Amino acid sequence: MREKLEALQAEAIEKVQQADNLQSLQDVRVAYLGKKGPITEVLRGMGKLSPEERPVIGELANKVREAIATALDNKKSLLEEAALNEQLQKEAIDVTLPGRPVKTGGPHLLTSIIEEVEDLFLGMGFEIKEGPEVETDYFNFEALNLPQDHPARDMQDSFYVTDHLLLRTQTSPVQARTMREYDGNKAIKMICPGIVYRRDTDDATHSHQFTQIEGLLVDKHVRMSDLKGVLLEFSRKLFGSDREIRLRPSFFPFTEPSVEVDVTCKVCDGKGCNVCKHTGWIEILGAGMVHSNVLRMSGYDPEEYSGFAFGMGVERIAMLKYGVDDIRHFYTNDVRFLSQYHKA
Amino acid sequence: MYVSLNWLKQYVDIDNISPEDLAEKITRSGIEVESIERVAPESTNVFVGYVESCEQHPNADKLNLCQINVGTETYQIICGAPNIAQGQKIAAALPGARLPGGVKIKKAKLRGVESHGMVCSLQELGIDEKFVPKDVADGIFVFPEDTEVGTPVAELLNLDDVILELGLTPNRADAMSMLGVAYEVAAILDKEVKQPEESYQTSDSKAADLVSVKVEDGELNPYYGAFVIEDVTIGASPLWMRNYLMAAGIRPINNVVDITNYALLVYGQPLHAFDYDKVATKEIVVRTAKQGERIQTLDDQERTLKGDEIVITNGTEPIALAGVMGGANSEVSDDTKTILLEAAYFDARAIRRSSKHHNLRSEASARYEKGIDPNRVKRAGAYAARLLAEYADGKIAQGVVEFDELDRKEKQVKIDTASVNNRLGTTISDEEIASILTRLQFGFEQDNSEFIVSVPTRRGDISLFEDMLEEIARIYGYDNIPYTLPQGEAFAGKLTTKQYLKRQLKQYLQGAGLMETITYSLTSKARTEMLVSPDVKEQAVYPVALKMPMSEEHSHLRLSIIPELVDTLSYNVARKQENLGYFEFGRVFLSKEEQITEQPNETARLAGALTGTWMEQPWQQEKKPVDFYVAKGIVEGIFAQLDLEPVFQQAQVDGYHPGRTATVSHNDRVVGVVGQLHPTVQKAFDLKETYVFDLDIAYLIDQYEEVPSFRTIPRHPSVTRDIALVVSEAVHAGDIQRTIRESGGNLVQQVQIFDVYQGEHMEAGKKSIAFTVLYQDPTRTLTDEEVEASYNSIIENVKTKHDAELRS
Ligand SMILES: [Zn+2]
Repeated sequence: MREKLEALQAEAIEKVQQADNLQSLQDVRVAYLGKKGPITEVLRGMGKLSPEERPVIGELANKVREAIATALDNKKSLLEEAALNEQLQKEAIDVTLPGRPVKTGGPHLLTSIIEEVEDLFLGMGFEIKEGPEVETDYFNFEALNLPQDHPARDMQDSFYVTDHLLLRTQTSPVQARTMREYDGNKAIKMICPGIVYRRDTDDATHSHQFTQIEGLLVDKHVRMSDLKGVLLEFSRKLFGSDREIRLRPSFFPFTEPSVEVDVTCKVCDGKGCNVCKHTGWIEILGAGMVHSNVLRMSGYDPEEYSGFAFGMGVERIAMLKYGVDDIRHFYTNDVRFLSQYHKA
Repeated sequence: MYVSLNWLKQYVDIDNISPEDLAEKITRSGIEVESIERVAPESTNVFVGYVESCEQHPNADKLNLCQINVGTETYQIICGAPNIAQGQKIAAALPGARLPGGVKIKKAKLRGVESHGMVCSLQELGIDEKFVPKDVADGIFVFPEDTEVGTPVAELLNLDDVILELGLTPNRADAMSMLGVAYEVAAILDKEVKQPEESYQTSDSKAADLVSVKVEDGELNPYYGAFVIEDVTIGASPLWMRNYLMAAGIRPINNVVDITNYALLVYGQPLHAFDYDKVATKEIVVRTAKQGERIQTLDDQERTLKGDEIVITNGTEPIALAGVMGGANSEVSDDTKTILLEAAYFDARAIRRSSKHHNLRSEASARYEKGIDPNRVKRAGAYAARLLAEYADGKIAQGVVEFDELDRKEKQVKIDTASVNNRLGTTISDEEIASILTRLQFGFEQDNSEFIVSVPTRRGDISLFEDMLEEIARIYGYDNIPYTLPQGEAFAGKLTTKQYLKRQLKQYLQGAGLMETITYSLTSKARTEMLVSPDVKEQAVYPVALKMPMSEEHSHLRLSIIPELVDTLSYNVARKQENLGYFEFGRVFLSKEEQITEQPNETARLAGALTGTWMEQPWQQEKKPVDFYVAKGIVEGIFAQLDLEPVFQQAQVDGYHPGRTATVSHNDRVVGVVGQLHPTVQKAFDLKETYVFDLDIAYLIDQYEEVPSFRTIPRHPSVTRDIALVVSEAVHAGDIQRTIRESGGNLVQQVQIFDVYQGEHMEAGKKSIAFTVLYQDPTRTLTDEEVEASYNSIIENVKTKHDAELRS
């Protein structure tokens, strides 16, 4: 019987080795280890053995069964791996074919600039304010120290809706509105991005609609040096950490002293080129110390409070930063223009 | 303002500074120098020549053969100018000369005869055509007889001059004069200002015997001074004066007019010369005009007066529109013998009104309307009288006939060093402030660190502490102010929830494949009437119209963003960009009044427009055009961003496809629309199938709950049941969905549509819709019985409400 079992083992393992697919392997398993298989038969015939032989043969039979099972399992793994490999081979694709395009949109360039500027000032503790675009002449002019007869109130320069309502010509009225909202007794740190309108014929450098960002800081003891400090930090964050700024005297009715602020030209690094008209400097914003008349009209006591304000044209910043050569691009919304400025 | 540096030199020492450095300093301390222009930098080797002879060219009718003596030698020069004649002194450009515009003069043969140079016109020498005196505009320039032959022309014609163009801000009217600029430059360079000589000799006549002056309103005309200059000879003004006028951008006319203009430029004080004999009544009466009164001004325009202009009259009729322009009836002409010279001070606002109303701007009105120096009025008159005596041989009558209520006092402004430093963030000393005031030539009394400044009347813009602060800051130098950061309490800046949501929604839409646009708010009237969302329409609103639009295209504020977006699509499609998705987050302007009196409601809308192919993968033959469900999916996404639930209802909306349009509602309030454009609209914009959406995003953002209450994460399994129904094709899936939700009880968490079928194997006019209903109770496991009960209730309801049958 021992001989028979050993022969069975050799025979079964031989068959296992010969099996070349999972089905034939399964056939081998059934043939040798199945309920009707020869090993079961051997075990069934154990009753005829002497009590001494029985455990010996039983143990041998189990060993043989285990050996065959192990061989079957090993072979199965091999065959499965081969089958999988074959399957994967069949699944191979041409990875050089183009991918499925994912439709991507993007922000308008002006939005990108506005949000960048907003984030810079949020970081410096400013809040963001809004105001109406159809504004009263009181807030657009009078509260900003432009009385009735001021030349800048010329009908020719503004879009009037009634004698006392007009499309705001600047975001500055939001200064006056914010001061009023704050009741003349709280510190203010705000910026206000928004659309403004002027009676200009649209061309490469003029647009009847454009975008400004206004800033206002009112507190006790605000100094002009603070204005310089804040604008230097802003300019360096927006245009690069190696930029310098300079202030040139100017005139705005609602600030005094009033200045225009230049930043060193990034094209020539301040050496002078066509972009900066050979000055090395590019004008980026107007600013100044809030005029006492403006503070007073909006409920702040100029003896106690002082402040600074600044304003910039977003289109201008975008044109400088990205070299856009025609302001009309911003409003034509040509997809070929818009998609140039996607943030990756 | 154009400033000739040669002229400026007469009033302030600028010898040791280059024009460029001077310009930079002026710009950095307050007045922008917009350009630096050299009159004719290249006009070399051009000399005054004497025309010894001038004969016709033997081979050409229109050319002259001239022998021209330039002092050392005589040159044969051929000249085509019609006004050349023997005995003239002219500008001869000799071989080797360079003229503006790169012209090089060489020896040449003209029609067989040699020519050794060129006789020049002013234009050829680099003077702007606009400013060249009319009498020499069409030919060569002829020098006065006493000009020395051989003198370099550059000197005589001021061609070596440098002109600075100043861009003056409205507050710096003081710099609209050479003296004003001289004060500014003197302050910057720390120099003195040299005053012009204003003294003169008088004749035996007395002005008071020759003219009387009456002013009706001393507020409008606080000072009127009349000088009388007799026996004048009208002729050309001296060459140097003409040069300076041309440099300043004023065309020379004759000695009298040139002198009034010259004095105006020196002092910033407008003057006017009347022909005394034409003021027949010998009286001057200044009054406000009568409505309908007429005057012909010097520009030959007949003007009808509105009634509030100041006019100068001879007691009966206007002879000048005060401060703006003289009248033709009293104009100085070649045979004028006696000049009545006006030096007056008029109210700035009155002149601005008058000039604006008549759309007439002059050198005079430009100065009057910004305010002139009360202390220079009479000085300028005296200076002009002196020049008239000198250059027009006039005899000045004794005295000035005046009306005088003019306030000439200087304003006092108090400043102190500490306040200056507190406001600027500087450490300027008392001495530095005193020194700056001295350089500005402002009078002051100092008590240690307190100053009482007497502001010269030429600086009408200064009356407050901060006006003085600015003066000190700009002379001290903005570069010298340090950089500091605000000392106030630091608080963190943060977007408000609404601002944050706006950004988040934009990001969502970009992620969904849409490109952001910004379009104009101003649109045409026609566009305010199209594609207005139903929720806007039902508010009965009117578009806001501009009073004076620049064009019909931009005459009204928009009621809807959609027409602008559709136009944008159209623009791009016309440029072969056919697959497009756009959105805009912008304002519309809704007025409750037909005739607007109050500010309109400005409210934010979120709109989108899509056309063409939405998804494409060519080599896999996949191509999905934009359809209603793409647009609707984006709208659903917008609601999801805000944690809100939209309801869509088939609707008829003007401009939209009647079968492919839905209103969008939230909590029974219509908040917008989504749908296909009506084919006629598509056609009008040259578009193929186009889908748009338009939402009242301001309202929706308001509905967002900032801190939603915590929802327990379910620990107990959910149960789903599928329900397949057959209904008439007219029944809307959304209606059934709502019925299922409403009739299923509160265990129903979600009802999803997973299949819609119509066609083969279906009865005609019927469709099948399949729903998955999800049941869940976060606190316990559901029993079969309760799910079954809900299911039965659903089936019963859809059968009765929608005539639905269960699909077998
Ligand atoms: Zn540059």
